Amino acid sequence: MNNERAKTLKDNIFKGWAIFATSVGMIMLAVLLIKIGMDGLHRISLDFFTALPSRKFEKAGILTAWAGTLWIMVTTALFAIPIGVGAGLYLEEYAKKSRWSSMLEINISNLAGVPSIIYGLLGLEVFVRFLHLGESILSGSLTLALLIMPIVIVSTREAIKTVPNTLREASYALGASKWQTVWMQVLPASAGGIMTGIILALSRAIGETAPLIVVGALTYVPFVPKSVFSSFTVLPIQIYNWASRPEAGFAVNAAAAIIVLMSITFLMNGSAVYLRNRWQKNVRW
Amino acid sequence: MIAEMKKPEEQEVSLGKKEGEEKFSEISSEMPKLLNHKEEKSMNKVQAKNVHCWYGDFHVLRDINMEIKQNTVTALIGPSGCGKSTFLRTFNRMNDLIEGFKLEGEVLIDNKDIFAKDVRVNELRKKVGMVFQKPNPFPKTIFENVAYGLRVNGVTHKKFIEETVERSLRQAALWDEVKDKLNKNALSLSGGQQQRLCIARAIAVEPSVVLMDEPASALDPISSAKIEDLIWELKPKYTILIVTHNMQQAARVSDKTAFFYLGDLVEYDDTKTIFTNPKKEQTQNYITGRFG
Repeated sequence: MNNERAKTLKDNIFKGWAIFATSVGMIMLAVLLIKIGMDGLHRISLDFFTALPSRKFEKAGILTAWAGTLWIMVTTALFAIPIGVGAGLYLEEYAKKSRWSSMLEINISNLAGVPSIIYGLLGLEVFVRFLHLGESILSGSLTLALLIMPIVIVSTREAIKTVPNTLREASYALGASKWQTVWMQVLPASAGGIMTGIILALSRAIGETAPLIVVGALTYVPFVPKSVFSSFTVLPIQIYNWASRPEAGFAVNAAAAIIVLMSITFLMNGSAVYLRNRWQKNVRW
Repeated sequence: MIAEMKKPEEQEVSLGKKEGEEKFSEISSEMPKLLNHKEEKSMNKVQAKNVHCWYGDFHVLRDINMEIKQNTVTALIGPSGCGKSTFLRTFNRMNDLIEGFKLEGEVLIDNKDIFAKDVRVNELRKKVGMVFQKPNPFPKTIFENVAYGLRVNGVTHKKFIEETVERSLRQAALWDEVKDKLNKNALSLSGGQQQRLCIARAIAVEPSVVLMDEPASALDPISSAKIEDLIWELKPKYTILIVTHNMQQAARVSDKTAFFYLGDLVEYDDTKTIFTNPKKEQTQNYITGRFG
């Protein structure tokens, strides 16, 4: 009897702790969102999106920052997706299982955990200096592509692993080649998982500041980038710049820009969740 | 009805055997019979000669010899792990996909060694269709499932594809059930329907040999019976090899039965003989359920 009571007590204590732990996270997030909303929401207007940065906080906008972010994201995706998905596909479908391939596997997973500033230093040395690409969008996006590549590779592999072998066998048994099987069966069947991974990887890249500062993104850019060789800034750097200004008006600007950046991230993560659910509903074996 | 269909063939087979021994005397005396004999010889659709298989060091099949005539159903039976599925999968070289697989000996289809260097495995698999144990339709529409084999083999003619899909689905006795929902996902079909779809998919590329690896084992008795009926209907057009754990099924659908045990082909004979009067004790024990 006593024992039973102790068990129930333990149960309740643990349940209480779990609720507390969850609410800490939720409450902190809510407080942050509310604070930022109160600070910055009134600053968001069409002008805010179309104005160039300015020394006067009431005139300053995020045009160059979001344009830079768009440029960076598109070029990063162009590099990271084909190479990342290709590498994942190779490792899962073509590479023979050997000690070498399992070592490669561990290293790729480890690369996903390397601090982003290290990638920045690598980008500075390889793309900016050695390949003479300069402090350009190209250098920045190549660096970010390297940064998110491991995530893309790992999630591609995970997605491909869920494709049952019976599907491949069915395809081969009809006279399909390896390429046809991969292209017409394996990739479509794992597309949902791969897309989810890509979106999550890109939503990590969109918030990165450190590696881009290292490869030479500018804090003050009074023009919209014209090509991949232009100098650039991105939203997080603009936020960092404004937040470090002493005037209170810039803090408001920073809050508004944070709302924009956060909305984009939420949107991306939301679509990743949507894709995953849709994929799970449509494909079952 | 089944018994009626079987009878004439059994007579043919037994006649052929007796004549084989007196071949030379016949050559001079009866020309028509010689021609007949020749025809029969070329009707050895599938042949295995001294086939050995290994997975790594594991010797899964030992010295298998088998001759299979055209438009017959051959059942491969035996306890799990006896190598019957491996043997089935040598005929469309599915085992090639497994690392460490090795084969010695000759496997002939239409008198051509399918492991010869000039054989393109994709072409072979078009000729030798396969139906798997678990229904494995592609997560695509019903139509695309059947059309896939044509598409990967380079057929683009829309009308031809449509006609072939319909004909294959009719042959697989599925057309009436799916004709109004060809654009629905194949995974929405029941297990039995999925398996018949897989059969339609296999025969859409017009193979001459169809391999079936326990095609009804994952299905309920009614769906299973439908598959058996289907096998009977397909027999006049295809040479069918079927692996099964179900003795009654083997007895019902097949003309010849091969009993495998631990990598050896213990006995291969007319199904009737195997099930009523087997020559080996092991076979007798297995089919009566004393082991296995």
